[in-house]
Amino acid sequence: MNKQKVLYGGTVIVGFSLIAALLVALVLLSIGASPLQTYKTILTGPLSDLFGVTEVLVRAVPLLLVGLGIAISFRSGIINIGAEGQIQMGVIASTAVALALPGLPRIYLLPLVLMAGALAGALWGGIAGWLRARLQVNEILSTVMLNYIAAQIYTYLLRGPMLDPNELEMGSGTPQSMRLPDAVILDYLVPGTRLHTGLILALVAAVLVWILLWKTTLGYRMRAAGAGAKAARYAGIPVEKYLVVAMLFAGGFAGLAGAVEVTGVHHRAIEGISSGYGFAGIVVALFGALHPGGIIPSAAFFGVLLIGADMTQRTARVPANMVLVLQGVIILAIVSAQSFLRNPYAQERLLRWLQGLVPAALRSRKGTQP
Amino acid sequence: MSASVMIFNVLCLAVPFSVAILLAALGENFNQRAGVFNLGCDGIMCMGAFLGFMVPFTLQAGPLAPYGNLLGILGAVAVGCLLGLLFALVTVTFRASQGIAGIGLQMLGWGLSGTLFRHFVGGVTGVEGIPAMPIPYLSQIPFLGGVLFSHTPLVYLAFLMVPASWFLLYKTPWGLKVRAVGTHPRAADTMGINVDRTRYQALMLGGAMAGLAGAYLSLCQAKMFSDDLVAGRGFIAVALVYFGRWSPLGIMGGALLFSIAQSFQLSMQVWGIKFPYEFAVMLPYVLVIVVLALARKARQLGPTDLGKPYNREMRF
Repeated sequence: MNKQKVLYGGTVIVGFSLIAALLVALVLLSIGASPLQTYKTILTGPLSDLFGVTEVLVRAVPLLLVGLGIAISFRSGIINIGAEGQIQMGVIASTAVALALPGLPRIYLLPLVLMAGALAGALWGGIAGWLRARLQVNEILSTVMLNYIAAQIYTYLLRGPMLDPNELEMGSGTPQSMRLPDAVILDYLVPGTRLHTGLILALVAAVLVWILLWKTTLGYRMRAAGAGAKAARYAGIPVEKYLVVAMLFAGGFAGLAGAVEVTGVHHRAIEGISSGYGFAGIVVALFGALHPGGIIPSAAFFGVLLIGADMTQRTARVPANMVLVLQGVIILAIVSAQSFLRNPYAQERLLRWLQGLVPAALRSRKGTQP
Repeated sequence: MSASVMIFNVLCLAVPFSVAILLAALGENFNQRAGVFNLGCDGIMCMGAFLGFMVPFTLQAGPLAPYGNLLGILGAVAVGCLLGLLFALVTVTFRASQGIAGIGLQMLGWGLSGTLFRHFVGGVTGVEGIPAMPIPYLSQIPFLGGVLFSHTPLVYLAFLMVPASWFLLYKTPWGLKVRAVGTHPRAADTMGINVDRTRYQALMLGGAMAGLAGAYLSLCQAKMFSDDLVAGRGFIAVALVYFGRWSPLGIMGGALLFSIAQSFQLSMQVWGIKFPYEFAVMLPYVLVIVVLALARKARQLGPTDLGKPYNREMRF
């Protein structure tokens, strides 16, 4: 990578970050909040004590898992918006398995429960993959629709068949499942906080995804299918097959995130358990440049944003929906910046413009080629 | 209850139900005909619904109260236009990936409408909304009068938009330009058509119509606003464009099919046929997937350059 490219890339990224920050600041001003104060609370508030840091990591675990899956699908040329539904399917399956086999020892039951979650998510994602591969159904539309369908199935099950009998008899009727057996509850990493061993699982998963995508034939073929379907097909790669495989992986990771969330944090299926992780995961994956090495810090960063946004809701009365605005603006900024980074003409134009800014005297002193 | 009364009830509900997705889908059709796949339609509808509600809500005690609804509609159209402009900037000028950018716009619109609503209004509050305006004489026709001519003015407007957008697309120079830049932008460019400008115009028009669709939801259908008022109707509208094979008439057929399914499901609950509420809510979304799977062959009829950014500097 040459110097010019680095200079160009830096300018574009800084430029679009500033534009995004300004847009969000405008929204904050319109609801009477101080942008600088809000940014400061969001970015530094969560990291001010140990508990805050562990809470950030608790949020980062599902974000990392979902982001990894989305990176696999995006790299393979299929846009998975359905992580939200896939998480819920993972929660349902893992809860159902855990509650159906409460007597099993931990060493069998815990892996079984996590696998059930991953499998359910994979199947839910696989539907969209299959529809795209066989019937050319646009995967963005189908995954969005599958999100709405999953949300309804989830609510139906929690209010009906899976409702905690105790809630029905003497509780307030809160739609939630029974508490999971102790055998499947993940251990806490730091006593007195909610940080659980799912973090280790997610980090291991990140390494595995890196190996899968860059060190195996399967990963190479999936990336080839995503980079250029026509060329891949010419090279004998059955692109359609890898679309389905990619969606199975993407759904599987989202489902696993659901299983980890229920066994690590909530210990029972509750309403709103996915709380937007599916959508935030898209931003996490894009922000991490669709690479596990980038997605790990990206997940931690968005963990900070989510906790920080919660804090501003309490202290500065900024509604929690603000997170969606932030994510939407970040997505728009990232995709715009990406297309600038890929455009050699824009690079030339910007560099020439930047050179124009440097005073002529300074330029002549350098004495480079015309 | 006789069968004809049942059909009458279903159809009476179906016509107003179809308006929001019809308007949004007709607008999305302009976007897609120009070669841009705008998934942000749903977010634009959210903002349109919010402004359509917010303007009359703020003005209701003041001297401008009689014009509240009209100003609300204008505000919704303006914000839709503006968001269409933003989307054009990102996808046409910056040539960003349209699918992902659309999701970004959807999150932005959805989140922003929710944020502003919670800050300025807080809880669920109704507005008076736009009253029904039965058309004299026509609404007296038995059966048809009730089904077609006893609704709010926006309903008539939406159905007038069907021939209007057909005329605009197929009988005006601008429509020809739109179809040209969506089918073969390079050829259009060679013929002196400004591809980027045409796509900007189509996106702003589409955004304005999505905004209007949102205002219809909050002002005529629900007469209130909430975070989940739009509930994915923008995505259904995008799917309808495929289903209607990029023709205004086909889109109208699709919109009516959807709303008949929806009002049938509502009527079944009224008639006391019991099945879990959640499955009823799920129905339209399942229908979208089925419809998309069936509309596979239609893809060849669509704009061939749909979803591809155009860069006149690239040579290949």
